[in-house]
Amino acid sequence: MPARTRQAVMLAASLISTAAIGCSLAFSRPAVAAETAQLAVRIAYIREDIDEPLPLSLVEVVAEDKGIAGARLAIDDNNTTGRFLGHGYELTELTLPAAGDFAPLLERMAADGTALIVADLTAERLIELADRPEAADSLIFNIRAEDDELRVTECRANVFHLIPSRAMKADALAQYLSFKRWSRWVLIYGARDGDRAFADALRRSAERFGATIVEERLYEFTAGSRRTDTGQQQVQRQMIELTQRLPEHDVLMVSDENEVFGEYLPYRTWDPRPVVGTQGLVPTAWHRSQEQWGGTQLQRRFEGAAGRWMLERDYAGWAAIRSVGEAVTRTGSADAAAIKDYILSEAFQLGGFKGVGLTFRPWNQQLRQPVLLASPLMLVSVSPQEGFLNPRTPLDTLGFDEPESECRLNQ
Amino acid sequence: MKPITACAVASVFALNAADALSATAYVSNEKSNTISVVDLDRMEVTATIPVGQRPRGITLSLDKRYLYICASDEDHIEVLDLESMEVIRTLPSGPDPELFILSPDGTRLYVANEDDNMVSVLNLEAQAIETEIPVGVEPEGMGVSPDGKWLVNTSETTNMAHFIDTETLELSDSVLVDSRPRFAEFTPDGSQVWVSAEIGGTVSVIDTESRQIVQKIGFEIQGVRKEAIQPVGVRITADGSKAYVALGPANRVAVIDTETYEVEDYLLVGQRVWQLAFSPDNRLLVSTNGSSNDISVIDVQEGKVLKSITVGELPWGVAIR
Repeated sequence: MPARTRQAVMLAASLISTAAIGCSLAFSRPAVAAETAQLAVRIAYIREDIDEPLPLSLVEVVAEDKGIAGARLAIDDNNTTGRFLGHGYELTELTLPAAGDFAPLLERMAADGTALIVADLTAERLIELADRPEAADSLIFNIRAEDDELRVTECRANVFHLIPSRAMKADALAQYLSFKRWSRWVLIYGARDGDRAFADALRRSAERFGATIVEERLYEFTAGSRRTDTGQQQVQRQMIELTQRLPEHDVLMVSDENEVFGEYLPYRTWDPRPVVGTQGLVPTAWHRSQEQWGGTQLQRRFEGAAGRWMLERDYAGWAAIRSVGEAVTRTGSADAAAIKDYILSEAFQLGGFKGVGLTFRPWNQQLRQPVLLASPLMLVSVSPQEGFLNPRTPLDTLGFDEPESECRLNQ
Repeated sequence: MKPITACAVASVFALNAADALSATAYVSNEKSNTISVVDLDRMEVTATIPVGQRPRGITLSLDKRYLYICASDEDHIEVLDLESMEVIRTLPSGPDPELFILSPDGTRLYVANEDDNMVSVLNLEAQAIETEIPVGVEPEGMGVSPDGKWLVNTSETTNMAHFIDTETLELSDSVLVDSRPRFAEFTPDGSQVWVSAEIGGTVSVIDTESRQIVQKIGFEIQGVRKEAIQPVGVRITADGSKAYVALGPANRVAVIDTETYEVEDYLLVGQRVWQLAFSPDNRLLVSTNGSSNDISVIDVQEGKVLKSITVGELPWGVAIR
């Protein structure tokens, strides 16, 4: 039975009951049919109808369903498990109009009894949602905003982060460059907020991991169409001008989150140096080339369902709903408070196809995870790199460790 | 090396007369798409046979004349004739077969289809799939009770051990275990099933009758991070007294007393050890070490690793006759 039909049937038949399955989760008697879910787990996916920069490369897929496709897959995965326990998962997809009000969405969720939210929102909107009184007892899973403030000064007790922060990504890249001894960086960054924020993260990482930024340059041209009939000559000349007369360096670090110029840099720079950062060698939570640790299985399931490669935000959306799934499976409860307690407990581990069990940092509720370093076609490395130590776990060498964050959500 | 006395020599000859042939290990090499044939007496590779794409689970036929191989990327099972050393036929397996187990009477192969969340039941006489049983997400581990009555399949992302009645071919119970279960092994008396959890880092011992987890075994190795201890393959001696567990990137095989559930020893083998197999007489245990491209041969009695032998790329499964 196709996934959607199965979900619809379960929706029709499910009881709005939060009765916990008995404490002995050691076994369930004869398999429960999917259509008669005794425990309904309702999750909302909220995104805002805003524009995103299109990839500069014409070869890259433009995905309209970035993030939500991963969430849908996790619902299917959870339901395959839920079948054996009488649990049914359903996803309600809600789109907020640009700069729209959260109130109607939250009203609708309250009516349904939905307290679990996957948030595909910018940092500002995420905080706004988290601070709404109606959302005080909800669990909000951030799958998009990489802002470090959300992990350092603006933490919220009802927010969990699945997507790695900018600091985690910058650290992952810096560790690899340290291993390679490519320690002289030139940093070229774009003029918009995201570009500057990632540049800040890179500066912090350079200091942490012993790299020197020998020169910085700002790229101020505005973004144009990604598709034109001619124009290669112009770009060629522009990139030369942008990168000439630089001091001796090992890599060209680019911070161009807005897809304005970064992808133009490889092979056009004045000096022959690898391009790394937001283009070239990129730190990311997920990449199509990642097939280690059983990753093939996730890639195949996703492609089968979505008809395209799994992107980073899809992975984050998948991880959010799988975390809920693990909690519900092991506690027998769909209650937001019970889920929160469980995912913050020692018992919780998410099998995220990255070789180690993934857990949440109790001080800022960020999912600890290895960060992949990928070139467009290949997985190059995975951080944390060997040799970087941490008293708790090497995963905490990426991003803001407890003493470095002002957040103390665990106290 | 100990000096060989006349007595020792005589007994070696006597032993050889009793064992007509020395043990031979067959190893599937996931990346190089080959089977390595290893003479366990001479401790060397005697042949390398090209097979289908991504060979993983392998198992011997009941009469030991054939080696069944899961060619995962070709969506079929290959049958290697061990006389001619040629793949003589393919069998249907359902998509992406990863691991399978032979029913004790040798008539069926129960196959885990990793991609579509199914267990396929392959009838070897008819050379056709009898039925498919829906299980949890990413099935891999397969264990069958010595009396053939119960099949246990583990699902890696659903984190359960599914008990399937082999008569009705229906799923009867699902036991929740720790994160990412990889392997299920029955004790020789059929009273328990041991299930490894790769990410959870534990082995759960499930009582076959009650379906309850009676013991959860954890591991601790000095100088090795907890996250690196990732149990995969489990094998239990024919007399039921000891269990051996491959611990993945911890590069060790744990030796467990099945009575007390205590870990007696950790044997250092090659890198990323996943699967294990006993020689027919249980004197040797062979481990496949994926990342160092070799196998380790362990003397079970002495509790010592005798030798590591280089095979193909990313050795996965091992079967010994």
